[in-house]
Amino acid sequence: MTGPILMKGNEALAEAAVQAGCRYYFGYPITPQTEIGAYLAKRMPEVGGVFLQAESEVAAIHMLYGASCAGKRAMTSSSSPGVSLKSEGLSYLAGSDLPALVVNVQRAGPGLGGIQPSQSDYMQATRGGGHGDFRNIVLAPASAQEMATLTMRGFDLADKYRMTAMILADGTVGQMMEPVLLEPAQPLNIEKPWALTGTQGKREKNIVTSLYLSPAELEGKNLSRFARYALAEQNETDFEAFCMDDAEICLVAYGISARVSRSAVSAAREKGIRAGMIRPITLWPFPTEALRQAAKQVKQFLSVELSMGQMLTDIELAVRCARPVTLVSHVGGVILTPEEVLHAIDHAVEVSA
Amino acid sequence: MRILIAGFGGQGVLFLGKLIAHAGVLLGKHVTWLPSYGPEMRGGTANCAVILSDEPIGSPMVSEPDVLIAMNLPSLTAYQPRVQTGGEILYDASLIREAPEREDVRLRALPATKLASDAGLEGLANMILLGAFLSDCLPLNETEILHTLEQTVPRHKAHLIEANRHAIAIGKQTIEQTEQELHSETKRISHPRKVG
Amino acid sequence: MTMFRKPRVMTATQTHYCPGCTHGIIHRLVGEAIDTLGIEGRSVGVAPVGCSVLAYNYFNLDMTIAAHGRAPAVATGLKRANPDSIVFTYQGDGDLASIGMAEAVHAAARGENITIIFVNNAVYGMTGGQMAPTSLPGQITQTSPSGRDSALCGFPVKVCEMLAQLDGPAYIARVAANSPKNVLAAKKAIERAFRNQIEGKGFSLVEVLSSCPTNWGMSPKDALGWIDSAMIPYYPLGVYKDTSRKGIE
Repeated sequence: MTGPILMKGNEALAEAAVQAGCRYYFGYPITPQTEIGAYLAKRMPEVGGVFLQAESEVAAIHMLYGASCAGKRAMTSSSSPGVSLKSEGLSYLAGSDLPALVVNVQRAGPGLGGIQPSQSDYMQATRGGGHGDFRNIVLAPASAQEMATLTMRGFDLADKYRMTAMILADGTVGQMMEPVLLEPAQPLNIEKPWALTGTQGKREKNIVTSLYLSPAELEGKNLSRFARYALAEQNETDFEAFCMDDAEICLVAYGISARVSRSAVSAAREKGIRAGMIRPITLWPFPTEALRQAAKQVKQFLSVELSMGQMLTDIELAVRCARPVTLVSHVGGVILTPEEVLHAIDHAVEVSA
Repeated sequence: MRILIAGFGGQGVLFLGKLIAHAGVLLGKHVTWLPSYGPEMRGGTANCAVILSDEPIGSPMVSEPDVLIAMNLPSLTAYQPRVQTGGEILYDASLIREAPEREDVRLRALPATKLASDAGLEGLANMILLGAFLSDCLPLNETEILHTLEQTVPRHKAHLIEANRHAIAIGKQTIEQTEQELHSETKRISHPRKVG
Repeated sequence: MTMFRKPRVMTATQTHYCPGCTHGIIHRLVGEAIDTLGIEGRSVGVAPVGCSVLAYNYFNLDMTIAAHGRAPAVATGLKRANPDSIVFTYQGDGDLASIGMAEAVHAAARGENITIIFVNNAVYGMTGGQMAPTSLPGQITQTSPSGRDSALCGFPVKVCEMLAQLDGPAYIARVAANSPKNVLAAKKAIERAFRNQIEGKGFSLVEVLSSCPTNWGMSPKDALGWIDSAMIPYYPLGVYKDTSRKGIE
C-alpha cells in the first residue's frame, strides 16, 4: 500500500487485525462499533478467514476462547453494554492464560445508556472486568492511525504474555476518519505448544483450564500469572509526553480526551500558561513512573476524562497524592471542548496561585 | 479550515464531507472527518465536521466552523450563530428561503436542489454545493476532483462518478457566474453612489 | 478371544463419579467411538461445568473446560479455527438446557459441524441436587422440595424434540444408559454422531438419559429402573432427526 488512506477508526482497526494475522472474528452487532463487523464480514472471506456473527456477546467471546485454544489469533469487538456481557469470557480467558484481542468502542452508560462516545468503562477495563484477580493489557488509541497500530501491537502483546489485550476506544475515535498509513505488519511469531490441535499421537495431551480445585495449586497459578503481569508492567508501559519539558500543570488524558487536551494545551501555551500533557497509551499498565517523575516538576495534575474521575484515582495513586489532582469531565455522551478544558486549566492555575 | 456540513439524513451530507476530507488528503493536509451518528437510519438530521490543517489536529470536533455548508433550514438556524467572524456560510437556496442573519460572514447562496433537478441530477445537490465550496475554499483542478471522486465513490457505484463530476462543475460554474454578476451589479449600483 | 479392556483413548485414572452413576458408561461409549473411528489424535473435547467438569482427566485427548453452558460456543471456535479437529462437547442438562440453551440452539441452527453428547439426569448433580430444566413434573429436588410444580416453574425442556424442528442439525437422537440393550443402542448413536462430523455432515447431538442415584435418593439399581419407569415415558427414545443418511443408503 502506498501513502495514507482515509479510513474510519473502526475500519482501520479491522484492517489492522487482518494485517496482524487474525483470521477469526466473532461478534454481535452494537453501535458505535458496527463498522468493524461490517468490514470483516467482507474482508475475512478474501483472506480465507472466518467472520461469524454470534448469537450473543457471551457466545462471541467464548467462540474467541475456542479459536484461541486452537492456537489461532482471534478477536471480538463490542461496545460498553456488550463488554459487560463479555466479562464472563474475559475472566475465563485470563484464568486459562489464553491470548485474545477484545475491542471496546465505548459508549455512555450505565445500563443501556446512550450511543454517544464515553470513557466510562475505564475501571472495568483496567481492573480486568470479570471475577477473580486478573488484568488485561489495555491500549487506548487516540487516532484512526493508532486504532491500526495498537491493534497490531495488541495481538503481539496478547501472544507474548498469554493474556487479553483490550483496545479501549470510544465512539469518536471509532467513527472518525483520518488518513491512516497501514505499514505491513510483521506479527511476532510465538510458538503455542499448549494449543489444542489434537495430540496427533505425538505428544502428551494438552489441557486448557481455569479450574484448579486445590487452593495451593490455584494460588500458584495466580502468582505465576501476576509475575507475568509484572513483566508486562516493566516492559510494555507506554505514554506520550506533550509539552512537558517546562510544564507546571500536567493534563492526563487518553483517547478522544487527549485530542481535546492537546488543543487546550496549545491554547494555554499561547496564553503563557505552561501546560503539558501525559497521554497514557497503555491504561494498564498505567504510566505510574512517568507521572511520579512529573510530580517532581509540576505543581498539579488535571485529569481530563469522559467519566466521573475513574482515571483520576489512578493518577492520585501514581503520585501518592503528592500533588493535587483535579478533574474536568463530561459524561453521558457529551464531549469536552478544548475551550472547557482551557477554562479548567485557567481555573486550576488561578486557584493554586 | 474547520468545516461543518449539516442537513437532513439522505441528502448526502456525510458523503460531501468525505469528498472534502479526501481532497484534503490529496493536498497533503492533516485531515479529520467526524460524523454525527444517531439511532435513525433515514431522515432526521445529519451533520459532519471536517478539519483540514497544516498542523496535527487536536480535537476533531468543530464547534466554531470557518465554513458552514447548510442543506436545510433547521441546520442553518442551529449552526449559523457558531460560524467564526470572517467565515463563510454556503447554503442551498432552493430549500432555505430565509437568508442567514449574519453580516460578519460571507454568505453564498446557490439553488442547489433546483440546479440538480434541472440538470437531471436529482439527489446531487450535495455535489453542486461541493462545486461551490471548491471554487473558493479549496481550489482543486479537474484531475484532482476526478481522483478525489475515484477515492471516495464505492466501487459498485463507480458509474455515478461522471454524474458527480457534472454536478460539481455546475456548482462551480453557477456560483462563479452568480458572483461575477453580483460583483458587476454591485459596481453598477455603487458607481452612481460615488458620483452622487 | 475378546478381552474386556478400557478404550485406548481413556486414561487409567479412577473416576470421581458416585457409585451407580452412568457418566462412567457414557464416557466409555465416547472412548469406544473415538477408538473405533481412529480419531484419537485429531479429537479435541470440551468439558462443561457440572459433574463432568473433570472429564478431561479421563481422556487422553486435548481438552478444555468451558464456562457454564458455553461449550457449544467454545467448540464452534475450536472447529472453525481448526476444521481438521474432531470437536465434541460433553454437557449435562443444567449446562446445556438451562444456562447454555442459547449456545446449544444456535450451534444447532448453524449446523455447526461438531458433536454434542448431552447427558440428561434430570437434576443438577454437582451442586447437590437442585431442580434442573429437565426435572420431571412432581420430581422432588433440593429446590423443589414438594415436587416440581408446573404451575410454579413450568415444564421440562425436551431438547431433542425442540432441536429436531431446526433445519440446521444433521442428527438428533435420544438414547439411555440404563440397560445392556439401551447401552448398545447408545453406543451406535454416539459413534454415528462422531462419524457424521468426520464426514462433514454437520451438527449431531445425542441425548443420553442417565442416572443420579445420589441426588435422586435411590439405590443404583432403582435409579436405573426409574429411567425406564419415569424418564423414558416423558423423554421417548429414538432418532428425532437424521438428514445424515441422505445419499448414502
